[in-house]
Amino acid sequence: MKDLIRSLTECWGPSGHEAGVRELIRGMIPRGFESRVDTMGNLIAHRPAPAGGRQAGRGRRIMLAAHMDEIGIVVTHVDQKGFLRFGSVGGVMPLPLTGGRVQFESGFLGVIGLERLEDSSRVPSLDRFFIDVGATSPADCPVKVGDVASFHRSCEEIGSRITAKAMDDRIGCAVLLQAMKELDSSPHDLWFVFTVQEEIGLRGAGTSGYGVEPEIALAVDVTFTGDTPEAAPMAVSLGAGPAVKIKDGGMLAHAGVKDWLLATAQAAGIPCQREVLLRGTTDASAIQVSRSGVPAGCLSIPARYVHSPSEVVDFGDVQGCVKLLLPALRGPVDIG
Amino acid sequence: METAALLKELAESPGPSGYEEGIRSVVRARCAPFAQEVRVDALGSCIAYLPANDPAAPAAARPSLMLTAHMDEIALMVTQVEKGFLRVTQVGGFDPRVLFGQPVIVHGTRPVPGLVVSVPPHFTDPSEREKPVPLEKLFVDLGLAPSEVESLVRVGDLVTLRPRYTELAGGYAACKSLDDRAGIASLLLCLQELSRRTREWDVYVVAMVQEEVGARGAVAAAFGVAPAAAVAVDATFGSQPGLSSFESMKMDGGPAIAQGPNFHPRLFDRLLESAKAIECPHQVEIMPAESGTDAWAIQVSRGGVPCSLVSIPVRFMHTPVETVCLRDVERTARLLAELAARLPREFADSLEVRDALATGRP
Amino acid sequence: MPSQPDAPELLRRLCEAHGISGREEAVRAILLEAIRDRVDACRIDSMGNLIAFKKGTGASRLRVLAAAHMDEVGLVITGAEDSGTLRFAKVGGIDDRVLPARMVLIGARRVPGVIGIKPVHLLERGERDRVPEARQLSIDVGASSRAEAERLAPRGETAMFASEFLTSAGGTAGTGVVQAKALDDRVGCAILVGLLAERFEFDFVAAFTVQEEVGLRGARVAAWAEKPDAALVLECTGANEVPSKRDVSPSTRLGHGPALTVRDPSFVADPRLVEAFSRAGSESGIPYQVKQPTIGGTDAGSIHRVREGVPSLTIAVPARYIHSPVSMMDLSDFHHTAALAREGLTRLPGALGERGAGT
Repeated sequence: MKDLIRSLTECWGPSGHEAGVRELIRGMIPRGFESRVDTMGNLIAHRPAPAGGRQAGRGRRIMLAAHMDEIGIVVTHVDQKGFLRFGSVGGVMPLPLTGGRVQFESGFLGVIGLERLEDSSRVPSLDRFFIDVGATSPADCPVKVGDVASFHRSCEEIGSRITAKAMDDRIGCAVLLQAMKELDSSPHDLWFVFTVQEEIGLRGAGTSGYGVEPEIALAVDVTFTGDTPEAAPMAVSLGAGPAVKIKDGGMLAHAGVKDWLLATAQAAGIPCQREVLLRGTTDASAIQVSRSGVPAGCLSIPARYVHSPSEVVDFGDVQGCVKLLLPALRGPVDIG
Repeated sequence: METAALLKELAESPGPSGYEEGIRSVVRARCAPFAQEVRVDALGSCIAYLPANDPAAPAAARPSLMLTAHMDEIALMVTQVEKGFLRVTQVGGFDPRVLFGQPVIVHGTRPVPGLVVSVPPHFTDPSEREKPVPLEKLFVDLGLAPSEVESLVRVGDLVTLRPRYTELAGGYAACKSLDDRAGIASLLLCLQELSRRTREWDVYVVAMVQEEVGARGAVAAAFGVAPAAAVAVDATFGSQPGLSSFESMKMDGGPAIAQGPNFHPRLFDRLLESAKAIECPHQVEIMPAESGTDAWAIQVSRGGVPCSLVSIPVRFMHTPVETVCLRDVERTARLLAELAARLPREFADSLEVRDALATGRP
Repeated sequence: MPSQPDAPELLRRLCEAHGISGREEAVRAILLEAIRDRVDACRIDSMGNLIAFKKGTGASRLRVLAAAHMDEVGLVITGAEDSGTLRFAKVGGIDDRVLPARMVLIGARRVPGVIGIKPVHLLERGERDRVPEARQLSIDVGASSRAEAERLAPRGETAMFASEFLTSAGGTAGTGVVQAKALDDRVGCAILVGLLAERFEFDFVAAFTVQEEVGLRGARVAAWAEKPDAALVLECTGANEVPSKRDVSPSTRLGHGPALTVRDPSFVADPRLVEAFSRAGSESGIPYQVKQPTIGGTDAGSIHRVREGVPSLTIAVPARYIHSPVSMMDLSDFHHTAALAREGLTRLPGALGERGAGT
């Protein structure tokens, strides 16, 4: 599974430009699933309930979503000396940028620089940064206004943890792919959806949720932790198992969906955590309000330094997510 | 139904956004005698259906009117248990200044009374007392041993204000969550009256969930009900010291009928006519754009839903002492019943122009 | 005096019309008359969107939506003081700094009023450095009592900036420069009327939308009802060419042709549409520019998310000082935008295949 994580996180795919990630994932979809790409670019893999499953009243129409896109930057201007100005695609934080490298779709690399600051004690806004792509004028600049880039960073193991760019949410994609592979039997009508444009407003989840029209929806995405030095208080730690979302900045998880996951974890003896996240949200938030409403929840992979070029997850937590998904999807689901 | 008793029961029931089962069971029971059918949708909104009963009206193609109010209330949620104290975040928008020292109920494995901590003046210096305590630094105290707390309370448990419905002089009352239980009360009174009257329109009375966290229940329920028109009932700012007459509505002045881009002009006119017909005191509220209510979400559901908003003036909004005039609740009920009972079927056709080339009406 | 350049009469009438978000009826009336003889069917939905239909030649099975919004930013009267002055609130995004010392016209009767401000002589210390908030300002219509003020300008009436539609000779292509209110987005409306003179291969739906300025609301329900396979939004976008020491983006420039949006905070344009319209520009010799991608937001922001998604693109006429009482554009950009819209739409069936669906 580590190879899977490496290939997914090192793949290039800022929001709105997910084609590369989509092709990579499409090639890994196990037998038994039919896949299609919808208008927005979401990859939808479907495995119908076995004959008699739905009719026996045991199977439900369940949608699982992980997003393929990652945060990045978009070029707003090429100046007279060939430097690029840029804005964010998704929630890019200025602090870890200086000296970082970015990569454009064509493969070109750029280095992020920062203007001289009058007051270096304050975090500068994005418009004070620029990108050096080795150009000397607009004429020899290999990129143009509107082009997007992702962070450029390799995936590495550090102890029992793994660090990479785009862990948010390729790790969710990895969990879904692994679960699809290992899920031998299920009474349910299963829709695994790899969504686009989550980081810029949950857009792929909204339209695919409308199209799939599930009875129950579950997003698999990263969440923050409160276990680093002087972190904001949060009762989620790295390595303590997957987290079941109760609330985040954009959604209250459906109580029945939340309880279904917690009860499954308890029955299977999988350590898991209860998550209340104060900011940010996931695809589940958009799916929850599609059509006439969908009971929705989220299974979270605890992650540190989210939205930096080096996001960190614990491999045990990742395996725990897969381990929890399997029994959750194998049996009948009662969400009250 | 007697208004004060009804409002007391509704306001004192717990129903934080996303966890509305407490209030929903009350609403459900109160709707049942008057509706033909009561159902709960996927997100938990409670939908009571009262079909048209005018014998002259054919069953096919009856337009439907959706009357809504939200039943959820703002609340707190436990984020961490620390040495027997609870750290909390909010579900919906409190002013943290009013939380200092408030009595609450923590909904753990059983309901436990607690207090939001307040440090006595003896332990603080004057400069500290000039600044409000931000939510991140407020704890909830149950007065129990840390081990007891651990066994009772978990991360994600809800904390609601301890209810204390109080009748004030002059037909006023105060309690938590009158936003929007006052609206729910008016809808239940309206439903009761409507059940006795002749109606050409189908009526859906909907108690919405999750309004306080972004009108999420309304997005789903409006899609599901797909009405021909809708009226939301919510609380608006009642006049109080510190608010000018341009930003608040008169208490005891009757329902405030809203005007602005969120609202269909013909439905607005119709509400004014209904109010005049029954000599119901009323006022007009100007809303430049976003109304901040379920109506904002309902209007853009599917291909568009003609909307109105009728608001009950409530003082001290989003505090444990929200204050309402009971007469305004009753007037709102009468107004809605009059509107719903007297809508002719053709009214639905006047809300849009199907063939603009023929009629030429802009 | 040089001869007056050719400003389309329809654009002048549209810009001068009163159409604050939620009160678009005057603009709608002009448009309905303008398109009456060009379309096969036309309806007005419950929000007030004017939606016209023009059947295609049958060569394509696509159903294509083009949208432009009728509404403009402005003010709404919230009440009158005993003294007879009016209080108001803003509708849509207006910088408080453009409000003081303005003339406005209130309601369909166009009652004139002025937004006053304290004389500079009487300012107290520090006052000069503070921007008066809209809620502190008032409109004077000359009334001397509350009753008179309420008669002239009842609560709930909307007010628009009183700005004349002015054309002057010159500009990049010598076709003239326009200064007017509400170029955002009456230019889009005027261009869309022009497009209705065409008969495309595909079925064509033209939506003149309401309430764009308060949250892209009209377009959302129009797109939901019309189920298009693709959408083109015709807009007016900001050009910030005020001299600056910093070498940063002006977003768009006057005289450089229509601005293509490859993405903005509200949506990501469908790459097939971007390609089709870029090619239309190059092949037809129509200049175009790419808008700075981190600002703005148009009806495409809501249209592309409707149902299972709609491939969308925005092209816009660049204008300076939008959302203020007077904005400014180069007429060559207006004409080039109309031309690019027509050429790009013509190429759509080839670019999209039979349905708008993905790969």
